[in-house]
Amino acid sequence: MKHFKVLGSGCKKCATTAELIESKAKDLGVEVEVEKVTDMAAIMGYGVMSTPGVVIDETVVHAGGIPSTQSIEEWIRS
Amino acid sequence: MLEIFTWLADWAAYDLLHLEKGTRLAKSVHFFIEDVTKIFFLLALVVFLIGLVRSLLTPERVRKVVAGRSRAVSYPMAVGLGAVTPFCSCSSVPLFIGFLEAGIPLGVTMAFLIASPMINEVAVVVLAAAVGWKVALLYVVAGLSVGIIGGLVIEFFKLEKWVEEYVWKIRMGETVIQQASISFKQRIVYAWEQVKEIIGKIWIYVLVGIGLGALLHGFIPQEFFVKYASADNLFAVPSAVLIGIPLYSNATGVIPIVEALLGKGVPIGTVLALMMSVAAISLPEMIILRKVLKPQLIATFTGILFVAFIGVGFLFNALLT
Repeated sequence: MKHFKVLGSGCKKCATTAELIESKAKDLGVEVEVEKVTDMAAIMGYGVMSTPGVVIDETVVHAGGIPSTQSIEEWIRS
Repeated sequence: MLEIFTWLADWAAYDLLHLEKGTRLAKSVHFFIEDVTKIFFLLALVVFLIGLVRSLLTPERVRKVVAGRSRAVSYPMAVGLGAVTPFCSCSSVPLFIGFLEAGIPLGVTMAFLIASPMINEVAVVVLAAAVGWKVALLYVVAGLSVGIIGGLVIEFFKLEKWVEEYVWKIRMGETVIQQASISFKQRIVYAWEQVKEIIGKIWIYVLVGIGLGALLHGFIPQEFFVKYASADNLFAVPSAVLIGIPLYSNATGVIPIVEALLGKGVPIGTVLALMMSVAAISLPEMIILRKVLKPQLIATFTGILFVAFIGVGFLFNALLT
């Protein structure tokens, strides 16, 4: 099962990003785990400064802004 | 080209609504219609065009570029890039920590954060369309200078002691984000999403700004401003800056008010000082920055900006009126 982490200090955009991933996974019938990381040291540990950021299985795939539905779909499928 | 919005407002106010030309209400309605159509059109256009070509400027890249440079280079670079690099205000904290962690001096980092909300490419284009390139250029030069001066003052007084201790302990990881190369079609989709996101975020500030501008334009007589806001009144500039502190808006949202005030003959320095104060000093931003700055530094930072904006106001009033 894919493990998603959404990096962000808890702003609205970060919550939206997490929801988008969950709902898209549901649509595609793929089981994923989505975790929100709000600890600043942990976020910076991934080398991300612009939030929200997205991490899949410990690899950063996105930073800065809500990701497009297209990329979310690709992450879930790949 | 922008006259089309004046014609549209002429038609809507005088032909469609049958308002009598020259009345207060007609003036306000005309201003409102012209500015709503013009500003939202420009906003969408500029954000879309920039969405097509940008994507190269991220805070992560800025950090790499600015780190390790001499101050003569890093200060101008920080304010310049602060003006054009897009980032959401909730990213201010990681950005701040990331800059310091890369060895970028506190003053340079603060210069970046001061310039960022005051100047952005959208506000500059809309300002130029509303009141001309000369004013827009002055605003940019003044904003960049205030950023540099603010940063230098913080550096001079060695205020690093007023940064929260935990900030210095955080270590940043090295990550290269894999960005697939994107096709032209994807760029268009991205640009369009940017338009929706940015307008979705700031439309209310812009609409309120236009509403206030329209009321000022139609209902407040010029004599009022001549009496209270002329360049001879020494309190006009400090009052403008003080009024701007609790008011918070996006830089673009202040422009209709700037337009209305300049139209009433309020001196340019006073108006620009107000615009900077509204855009740069905001309570939400201070609350976010409080996570990394001690209250003393927040207070000092606000004080520096307050004095700098008053300076800008008096300087421009003296030079240009």
